[in-house]
Amino acid sequence: MKFLVCISNVPDTTTKITFTPDNKEFNKAGVQFVINPWDEYALTRAIELKEAQGSGTVTVINVGEADTEPNIRKALAIGADDAIRVNAKPTDAFFVAEQIAAIAKEGAYDVILMGRESIDYNGSQVHGMVGELLGIPTVAPAMKLDMSGNTATLEREIEGGKEIVEVTTPFVASCQQPMCEPRIPNMRGIMTARTKPLKVVQPVGSDARTEVAEYALPPKKQGVKLIPAENAGELIKLLRNEAKVI
Amino acid sequence: MSVLVVVECDNGEVKKSSLEVASYGSQVAQLLGTTATAIAVGVASEANLGQLGEQGISKVLYDAEPRLKDFVNGAYTKLIAAAAEKEQSQVIVLANSNIGAAVGSRLSVRLKASLATNVVELPKVEGGKFTVRRGAYSGKALSDVVLTSDRKIIAVKKNSIEALHNAGQAATVEQFSAQLTDTDFADAPKQVIMQEQAGGVLLPEADKVVSGGRGMKGPENWYLIEDLAKALHAATACSKPVSDVDWRPHHEHVGQTGITVSPNLYIACGISGAIQHLAGVNSSKVIVVINKDPEAPFFKAADYGIVGDVFDVLPKLTQAVKELG
Repeated sequence: MKFLVCISNVPDTTTKITFTPDNKEFNKAGVQFVINPWDEYALTRAIELKEAQGSGTVTVINVGEADTEPNIRKALAIGADDAIRVNAKPTDAFFVAEQIAAIAKEGAYDVILMGRESIDYNGSQVHGMVGELLGIPTVAPAMKLDMSGNTATLEREIEGGKEIVEVTTPFVASCQQPMCEPRIPNMRGIMTARTKPLKVVQPVGSDARTEVAEYALPPKKQGVKLIPAENAGELIKLLRNEAKVI
Repeated sequence: MSVLVVVECDNGEVKKSSLEVASYGSQVAQLLGTTATAIAVGVASEANLGQLGEQGISKVLYDAEPRLKDFVNGAYTKLIAAAAEKEQSQVIVLANSNIGAAVGSRLSVRLKASLATNVVELPKVEGGKFTVRRGAYSGKALSDVVLTSDRKIIAVKKNSIEALHNAGQAATVEQFSAQLTDTDFADAPKQVIMQEQAGGVLLPEADKVVSGGRGMKGPENWYLIEDLAKALHAATACSKPVSDVDWRPHHEHVGQTGITVSPNLYIACGISGAIQHLAGVNSSKVIVVINKDPEAPFFKAADYGIVGDVFDVLPKLTQAVKELG
């Protein structure tokens, strides 16, 4: 079975977010980039399923410029077999989805996995768009994924519960906890990753449908009003009479 | 031209987030000089759908196909697309829920529309540009995004838009059939399992949240969180370390890699306030922090704080809420 895992290159979760002086772009200076934490569930689960099946391949795809390659290599070190980088700035979800759909179609992948959303753009859009572009089902967001032959059983999170869904390949799923325990690369993985194939391809013609005009930081808090612990009940009165939230 | 809003229903009731979506949609319609129509999904009741007039909706479409009671991505997408064609909708508004994100993304491809999710404010329409403000960097930033296609789909973040009341007369409710077939239900669930809710308040829909961290010392102490939550009619939540060690289920984990919430009131008990946790809660309107460490970073992001032992403070708060009546 052929797995395609889509990974995004995002600022580490501890990053303090700042922007370029014109507020049009994220300020990358001094920022550590990581594989999008949600995508790690997709990657590890694909590797686990391939291992359980005893055959197949896990291909990683990233839409990004050359600076994403360290994290693509990391995905190979974790256990993917090969990688494709679409050489373009991932400006818009639809643009990214078109790139993935084109590669997925060409490579006839059976299972396309990715994280439920990226922690930078937080769009949660690409999975549905890829599914629709390919005319195949999308299960999003999935908390569990098991395969038996070409039938997959998934748990899809809905507000307040979950649905058990069965689909046959090919399909797309977006992944989140508690699907698996994301793996970290071991020494052997890091060594073999260096020689695994990483193919760079040019983007297919595409029209982005959104443009970021400006970024802003959320408004700052005014400062905390402290209430003495021995007088804790006072807080409840303030929440009712001053903040008016209860 | 019109604005189409997607309202999610549960047990006959329109979800709170969908009342916000309807209010958002009717205000966009006003801005564009047109009317707002709703399409209902889930288990709806005609009487409750008619009341969407209060949120400024003039017409509600409802497909009585029984298999639409559960979320089915294929069928929901086709239903909403058919409604959008019937109503010639230029703007489609849905909730930024698990359903909204899954359906909205497929719909945007099918209808060749621009899509913005996680939207927190009404759009600005100036000089032919349609701009929405949305949350990005997991709550650490906001971004203004221009939607460049003729058709636009907007998924509105929960609790970021005030629901309107008394905005208009009762809406007319019309039966509508998208002529769904078996193939549209290919991803229909085999089974639907709902969680037990402490006090019956769902975290993603909650306007008050009581959340616990490692400072609670163990799952056996969670009754302190639950008691306060119950008294306040709040949902319960937790920090990442707590769900990682299985003191609480994953769906309660609030933060950058968990759920992002924006309630009116967020009470953090024994949570130090790591940057990843703050990202998940910083759009809450009022934040209260209870922590015995006065240096806990969470105090910098709080509106009210108590430096004290959660085991001492929480029962006092619960008592004080009960005394309010």
